[in-house]
Amino acid sequence: MSKTLRIFVPVKRVIDYAVKVRVNPSKTDVDRNVKHSMNPFDEIAVEEAVRIKTKNKETEVVAISCGSAKAQETLRTALAMGADSAVHIEVKDDTTLQPLAVAKLLRAYTDKQEKKPDMFILGKQAIDDDANQTGQMLAGLLNWPQATFASKVEFEGESLKVTREIDGGLETLKTKMPAIITTDLRLNEPRYASLPNIMKAKKKPLAKITPEELGVDITPRIETLKVEEPAKRQGGRMVESVDELLDKLKNEAKVL
Amino acid sequence: MYNGVIAAATLNALSAANQLGGSVTALVAGDAPEAVAKSIGDYQGVSKVLTAANAAYEKNIAEDVTSLLVAIQNKYNFTHIVGGHTAVGKNVFPRAAALLDVAPISDITAVESNDTFVRPIYAGNAIATVKSNDAVKFVTVRGTAFEAAVAGGDAAAVEAAPDAEKVGITEWVGEDIQKSDRPDLGSASRVISGGRGMKNGENFKLLYDMADKLGAAVGASRAAVDAGFVDNSLQVGQTGKIVAPGISGAIQHLAGMKDSKTIVAINKDADAPIFQVADYGLVADLFDAVPEITEKL
Repeated sequence: MSKTLRIFVPVKRVIDYAVKVRVNPSKTDVDRNVKHSMNPFDEIAVEEAVRIKTKNKETEVVAISCGSAKAQETLRTALAMGADSAVHIEVKDDTTLQPLAVAKLLRAYTDKQEKKPDMFILGKQAIDDDANQTGQMLAGLLNWPQATFASKVEFEGESLKVTREIDGGLETLKTKMPAIITTDLRLNEPRYASLPNIMKAKKKPLAKITPEELGVDITPRIETLKVEEPAKRQGGRMVESVDELLDKLKNEAKVL
Repeated sequence: MYNGVIAAATLNALSAANQLGGSVTALVAGDAPEAVAKSIGDYQGVSKVLTAANAAYEKNIAEDVTSLLVAIQNKYNFTHIVGGHTAVGKNVFPRAAALLDVAPISDITAVESNDTFVRPIYAGNAIATVKSNDAVKFVTVRGTAFEAAVAGGDAAAVEAAPDAEKVGITEWVGEDIQKSDRPDLGSASRVISGGRGMKNGENFKLLYDMADKLGAAVGASRAAVDAGFVDNSLQVGQTGKIVAPGISGAIQHLAGMKDSKTIVAINKDADAPIFQVADYGLVADLFDAVPEITEKL
């Protein structure tokens, strides 16, 4: 591991994973007046960066969030988990930021840095748009290697060895820094922020910048024409025994 | 392609591509793409096959495959680039799209028109219809939402893909693929899935026995994977495999399986949410019910 490491961790404020989302009456979006929290994959990303810092004290962890003023809550959570500083790329309320725009904002922010990051650790997907794109797009735009869906990240000198979750099993890649890593579920178990750390996080630096200052056009390329409830299943028919179950599967559902 | 075989998801993606109405060109990239190129060329709707031979493509190294896709697009100017929403598709498509300044569309479940697609969001709890305003549409396809394309078309012309820069910054070290004689979870017509209630990995044998009688694949919930009962490649749910052919029924798990034609739930908790989506529910101890079903099949 190099002596000093600078890690950028993008985090997204999303509707809490435990909330059952509902489509709004005008069918344009889901109802957003519900509990929000940090995207679970991003918690894993922050945790991984903080663990790297535990092993190598000369590590600086910067949490970055693109979004409305409320994204600051998410950044404070990242700071409470152990990030050193935060950057808020602020957009107006109700502005839709799509993965391509976020990747361009992150690239533009990186380009402006005097001291470039050695790696980005992102969540593999946001649980709201389920896109699974931002890390890969950022890697492309920066022309950095990518190791997505990581379940293990190890340093080998100047190289990174990453175990990835792929269809059918695991794959191991070796790549060079600077690099992009996206986290899968089994990379780690994120910590809870303790109350003293939440208090300390309030004093950590949080810088603000806008897409205009970064010179990035964030106009959505994809238009959402409508949002609907998924087709309802007619569930709930109970059977009394294994025999009845097999009989229904054979004669009613005709799947056996 | 993977290890010399056409990946099942490719055939579903081919069906989606055929729905767009234009001519379809297939790309086969790998160590020795010729045999697969010939077989994909025989599928209905494929009018041309491009081949690219390189070891980096065989292992689907993202930087190299992306570089190839960009070189191909710059030469041929396709209106649509379509692939399966698999670990490979998810890894490569967004990177290539960003380099071409296009916003990709992930995990589509229907094609409405040339530029309009349907995709689930919020773990399948909402369905969005989206329209791409980009000149090129990069689309990854949910395999279970489209029938597999069928063989038996005219043989397609095969030509070599343009050379692309070999990036070579990432080295493939190794893999640990779970060997299984059962059908692939992503394309199986029947799936038997176990959750935390299985208690341990050994008990999954009960499910394997039943699966073998049914010619089914075996899947698992995140809880069962996290507890170490089974390998991660068996996970069904928002962030694992999506299967559409029965667990407590958390939102994230239902995301992966609620589009199944018939869902059967066996759970000793009569209030488990899975019963709300199951076509047939049996309140019973799985350690009694599963062996009984296997015996009676």
